[in-house]
Amino acid sequence: MALFVTENVSKHYAGHTALDKVSIEVPEGSIFGLLGPNGAGKTSLIRIINRIIGPDEGNLYFNGEALQSKHINNIGYLPEERGLYRKMRVGEHALYLARLKGLTKKEATGKLREWFEKFGIESWWYKKVEELSKGMQQKVQFIVTVLHEPELLIFDEPFSGFDPINVSILKEEILKLRDNGATIIFSTHNMESVEELCDHIALIDRSKKILDGKVTEIKKQYRSKTYRLAFDHFEGIISDHLDDGFSIIDEGEDDDMRYASIQLANGLESKDLLHRVAPHVNIHAYNEIIPTMNDIFISVVKENEGK
Amino acid sequence: MKKIWLVIQREYLTRVRKRSFIVMTILGPVLMASAFVVPMYLATLADDEKKVIGVLDETGWFYDKFSDTEEFEFKYTAKSLNDAKQEMVENDEFALLYIPRRELTVPTSAILYSLKQPGVDMKGYIRNMMSKEVETQKLRINLDEMDLSQEDRERAMKLPELIKTSIQLSTMKIDDTGGEEETFTEVMMAVAFVAGMIIYMFIFIFGAQVLRGVMEEKTSRIIEVMVSSVKPFQLMMGKIVGIAMVGLTQFLLWTVLTFAIVSVFQVAFADQMPQTDVRMAVTQPGSELVADPAMDNTQITRVFEIIDSIQYEVIILSFLFFFLGGYLLYAALFAAIGSAVDSESDTQQFMLPVTLPLFLGFIVANVAVYNPDGPLALWFSMIPFTSPIVMMARIPFGVPIEQIWISAGLLILGFILTTWFAARIYRTGILMYGKKVSYKELWKWITYKS
Repeated sequence: MALFVTENVSKHYAGHTALDKVSIEVPEGSIFGLLGPNGAGKTSLIRIINRIIGPDEGNLYFNGEALQSKHINNIGYLPEERGLYRKMRVGEHALYLARLKGLTKKEATGKLREWFEKFGIESWWYKKVEELSKGMQQKVQFIVTVLHEPELLIFDEPFSGFDPINVSILKEEILKLRDNGATIIFSTHNMESVEELCDHIALIDRSKKILDGKVTEIKKQYRSKTYRLAFDHFEGIISDHLDDGFSIIDEGEDDDMRYASIQLANGLESKDLLHRVAPHVNIHAYNEIIPTMNDIFISVVKENEGK
Repeated sequence: MKKIWLVIQREYLTRVRKRSFIVMTILGPVLMASAFVVPMYLATLADDEKKVIGVLDETGWFYDKFSDTEEFEFKYTAKSLNDAKQEMVENDEFALLYIPRRELTVPTSAILYSLKQPGVDMKGYIRNMMSKEVETQKLRINLDEMDLSQEDRERAMKLPELIKTSIQLSTMKIDDTGGEEETFTEVMMAVAFVAGMIIYMFIFIFGAQVLRGVMEEKTSRIIEVMVSSVKPFQLMMGKIVGIAMVGLTQFLLWTVLTFAIVSVFQVAFADQMPQTDVRMAVTQPGSELVADPAMDNTQITRVFEIIDSIQYEVIILSFLFFFLGGYLLYAALFAAIGSAVDSESDTQQFMLPVTLPLFLGFIVANVAVYNPDGPLALWFSMIPFTSPIVMMARIPFGVPIEQIWISAGLLILGFILTTWFAARIYRTGILMYGKKVSYKELWKWITYKS
């Protein structure tokens, strides 16, 4: 079941369209990647989901109900551009943001203490925000975003500004949140983390949604029937043993081995390639080249540009 | 509503706890009190020059009764009042003490004419001498009617200490052309000017705080986090109201502390002033001048007394109202500016239309204290953008109550209107970065549907 649905959502600003009939469905309990090049309209969509701005057209549903202000306390949002009041004390600040999300002072204090302990940052409570480094501030912001245990979490570039150790801690926490039942919308340009975390994605380019679905299915869909061979050096060239249905995309060698990436024409299968080459060379490795999200992203956006 | 309240609390508490707020709260009253206390202190210092005071006594009670001191020399004259005044100016005498005849009662009032403002010590001395003399005379008259032995009589003569009489001494300043002007008006002008000035200053100081606060939220990007929890309008109003409360707190503390410091010094100076009785005067309306009990002796108490005599509650209430109204009107505009720009330097182009009417109000207020009922003062005390300052400068002189109501109504209307406009600019502006904004752009924001 979808926790959050947008239906033909459009947003126009004087002179340009930020979103053009965008429909997405965020399945409950999933990590949903919201991808797209800079200026595609992701931030506008996220702001509409958060009710920071209203759509010009289209409908939004939270848990089957039309989105309304009571749902705001059930959403946690970590924006890409994020800051804190520099002069406030960390604990006081976190308490303030938590109470704005509807927690009572007592609830908020208890939960904050727990999280601060979990991250080992209890000693920051009475420090001023300006005494913290940027990465430390981000940690506090992350805590505040998830503190009120919302059903829907929206992370916009959550890892920017973190060192690799903290990135992995954060990734773990995000996965834990999902396992505990939260639904997460995750917007990023870092395709590696998309592969690692996301179950579903939607790709937005130039204000339109141009691709969406399950990550595994999209990858299947974008398979190009390309295989990679690693084999011993031998006298002769591999193309001599292949006919028109096989095109060599890439070839190379090092001291030990030679490599070739070969794309198969329609109607041919993996075993056909092996049949051709196996009698002539000693094969060390053989695998299908599955496109990365990075490849898919680039090829889809480029294709869209051509239109 | 709960969220607005949280925002108000934060805005209020973070500012009130700031070191700069605490310093200003202490420093302000010290400065203001010194404006009162320094003249008081100077008055106690001996003047090098011996001041000659002419005495025109129509009662005949006080002839030769004022003893000269190091500071004052008394000359007695028997001319008509006008001639005596003329003589005073010509002979370069400091002041003329005129004690008019009173039928049937003892003389307890006098007028002191002077070119320059007479010092507190001079008035204190004269009043003191007069009251002593009157007391003695009253006693003598009464004792004469009794048939007492010499011994009893001597004892009784010491009674004046017990039957204190107080003297009403008004001061009149004479200008060179011979015209008279009561110091009373000057005090009112000062009150009017100070009231207008404080409103002007407060609007500027706390309006600028709103501007900086909004810009801080925008440039630090905290706004992105905030608007996912509260509506932009709640955030804007919370900030404006929170800072208004900071302003009221500061004003309240200033007033209380200033009064405290001044009264402490009054008590301290009381010992130094020659035989001056410094007591806070409580004038009883309706009581005749002659019988005024416990008359004040210092300039300060005289000032308070005048404020008392003109509609005291009206001044305080309208000050609070016009301060709040004016602040709310301008704070909304300052918030709109803060939301529309990315940096301090970009504010300049939008500041002028906001500061100009405020400054105009200040200029008109300066004129209004001289002519509080003129058409200029009247009109500018009605226009919402200038009314808080100009009306405050008129009120101490007494303004028809219906004019205050109209002005107040227009001010409320004005701030509802500016808040409406500001809110529309604000909700778009706070999320708009890296764009140089023009007036045309602002208008577009106002006309966007949400």
